[in-house]
Formats: sequence, structure tokens, C-alpha cells
Amino acid sequence: MSGESATRITPGNALRPEDIVLAVQQPEHKPSPDIAEYALRLGDDGLILAQRLGWWISRAPELEEDVALGNIALDQLGHARSFLSYAAAAFQRADGSAQTEDDLAYWRGEEEFRCVQLVEQPNGDFARTIARQLVISVYQFELYQRLQNSSDPTLAAIAAKAVKEVDYHRDHASQWVLRLALGTAESRRRMIDGLKLTWPYLEELFDQDELFDRLGDAAVEPSSLRENFDAFISALLAEAELEVPELPRASGGGRRGEHSEHLGYLLAEMQVLARQHPGASW
Amino acid sequence: MVEQPGSAVSAESQPWPLWEVFVRSSRGLSHVHAGSLHAPDASMALRNARDLYTRRNEGVSVWVCPADAISSSDPDSKGAFFESPQGKDYRHATYYTKSEGVKHL
Repeated sequence: MSGESATRITPGNALRPEDIVLAVQQPEHKPSPDIAEYALRLGDDGLILAQRLGWWISRAPELEEDVALGNIALDQLGHARSFLSYAAAAFQRADGSAQTEDDLAYWRGEEEFRCVQLVEQPNGDFARTIARQLVISVYQFELYQRLQNSSDPTLAAIAAKAVKEVDYHRDHASQWVLRLALGTAESRRRMIDGLKLTWPYLEELFDQDELFDRLGDAAVEPSSLRENFDAFISALLAEAELEVPELPRASGGGRRGEHSEHLGYLLAEMQVLARQHPGASW
Repeated sequence: MVEQPGSAVSAESQPWPLWEVFVRSSRGLSHVHAGSLHAPDASMALRNARDLYTRRNEGVSVWVCPADAISSSDPDSKGAFFESPQGKDYRHATYYTKSEGVKHL
């Protein structure tokens, strides 16, 4: 890409994490602490979801579905790498050098993760995973759609690439909700159970805090996504002849580092290799 | 009920039907057979085809059709079916001499 890293950060380009690493070496592309915190939230959502979805490879109902969920996991991991590469530039290692995406993925503890609790919830059966995919992909689609207009060019460029991929994730989840809900009595029962297990974690996605007051039009206020989110979900569930569940919300707090009991186990598995063999490569 | 991860696969479940996939590459004029896959119905077959056969920028258009909708020639009757055209030059236009006065043919 011959040293045009600065100009590569435009929404028209297929931005890679490597481009971001080059760009943030220039002071004008370095994220502020608030931007980094925001990138950390979005990156952690993708990273933890990717780790969860990767479990399905070899375990989905058919080989083709192994591949579909694996591809979705890789898309999410790609978004996470971009967001975390960007966020990492705002943090320093003990020796004063900038951190990397790997420092953030492998060397943070549970309370330092900023993902919503939804993405760390167990996979359950296929229908529960699809219910979780529906909620997160509809949410991410609305979010990235608007984040393309962020006043922060790096966030805008990451979102512009991600929105097309998430559009497909949303389609994949929708297709499966319809088939499971309108399939057999057993598949319908599982779909309803999956939605019930997922719904308590939905409200947290739309929680606002003071970070958004400071970020202004660099970020997308979660509450602004609610209307489109509800419209899509209620239309789809109506088509699937399902009720929109009404359940009390779970505690939430993932954005503040307060997580459900599942994240610790997930991180132990995700981080064990990097921690037992620091600096290992293959 | 205790949840069993991966228990969507039950012993009595039927395998999904087989579909044949045809992809037109960005530089190709016609769709070319890319392979086959399993899917519960046509629209999922298209999506699976996209995941399996077009993720590395191979295609601009995808067709799928049920594998059992394709009638194929019998491999054992190859001799009669695909008999050599050797010695039958008259099947080619160049065999014929053009008439006098015809400038372009």
C-alpha cells in the first residue's frame, strides 16, 4: 500500500487493521481516550461474539452451517481487530510503547472488558445462538449504518466496511428465525425458548452513559437505534408468528466492566495460549 | 429442561437435499459449475453457496438448482453418445467450397 496509510482511512476503502496500525503512528490519527473507550466497547462486542460463534465449527446442524457461522465469526473478528487496533494506540505498555490489538485481547482481565453481556451468553442450542445473532446483528446493522457518518474518520471507515458484512449476518439470522419458528413443533419450541433466554440482555444494548455526551457526533447514541431496531424485530417476529418477549432486563453493566459469570470461562479459554507462551507465533 | 449444546442434531433428522451450484465469475460470460452443497430450501442454498463458493471474490452471480433436477448422460454409453466426428468433415462449414461471386462468408 506504499505509505498512503493516512489517505486509506476513508469510507470508500476496504480498511484493514494493518492500515490502522500504520495510521495511528501519526499524531492526527491517534484516538483520544474517549474515542479509544468507545472503540474498545465495539471491538469487545465483536471479539467475544466471534469467540462464542467459533465454538459452532464442527457442531452446527450441517457442514454448510458450520461454514456460515464460522464466516460470521471471522467477520466479527475482523471488526474487532480494527476497533481494537485503533483503541490500542491510546494505551501504553510499561515500557512506554503503544499497545497492540493482542495486548487488549489477551492481556486484559475480565473487569477490563467492555462488551455487552449479550455476546458473552452461552451458545445453548442452535436456536438460542440464532436468537442472539438476530438481536446483535440487527443492532450492529443500525449502529454501523449511522457510524459511517461519524466525525472520527477511522471509526467511520471501520463502520463502512462492517455494515455490509453485518447486513448479511442479519439476513442469515432472519432466515433461520423464520425456518425454526415455522418449521416443526420442536424447532418452534426451541426458537421461542431461545428468544426468551436472549431477551433479558437486550435492554443493555441501548443504555446511554456520559461517554456519549463527551463524544458528540463521533459516536452513535445507542438510544437513537431503538426505533429502527424495534421495527425490524417486530416485523420479523410477526412474519414468524412469534410474540415479542416481554421479560425483565438482566443487570447489565458490561460497558462498565460488570459481566455475567460466563465471561471468565470464555476468557480463560481464549487467552490461555497467549498467556502460557507469551510472544508465541506460528 | 437442561440444555444440550448442539442438540439441534437429532438422530431421526433427515439430511438436507443436495443442490448444484453455478457461479459466474467477474471475468466470465457464463455460469460454471462450482460444486454442490446441502440446504433445506432454495433461498438457503443460495446463501450457503455464497458462503462456500464466493467468499474470495470469485463471483458476481450464483445459480443453484436441486441436484435431482439435473438429467445427465449415461457415462457407460459414452462411445455412442459422444462418437468421434473424425472423417465427417462435412459437419464443418469449411468443408464446402463457396460459390463464385460470394465475397464475404
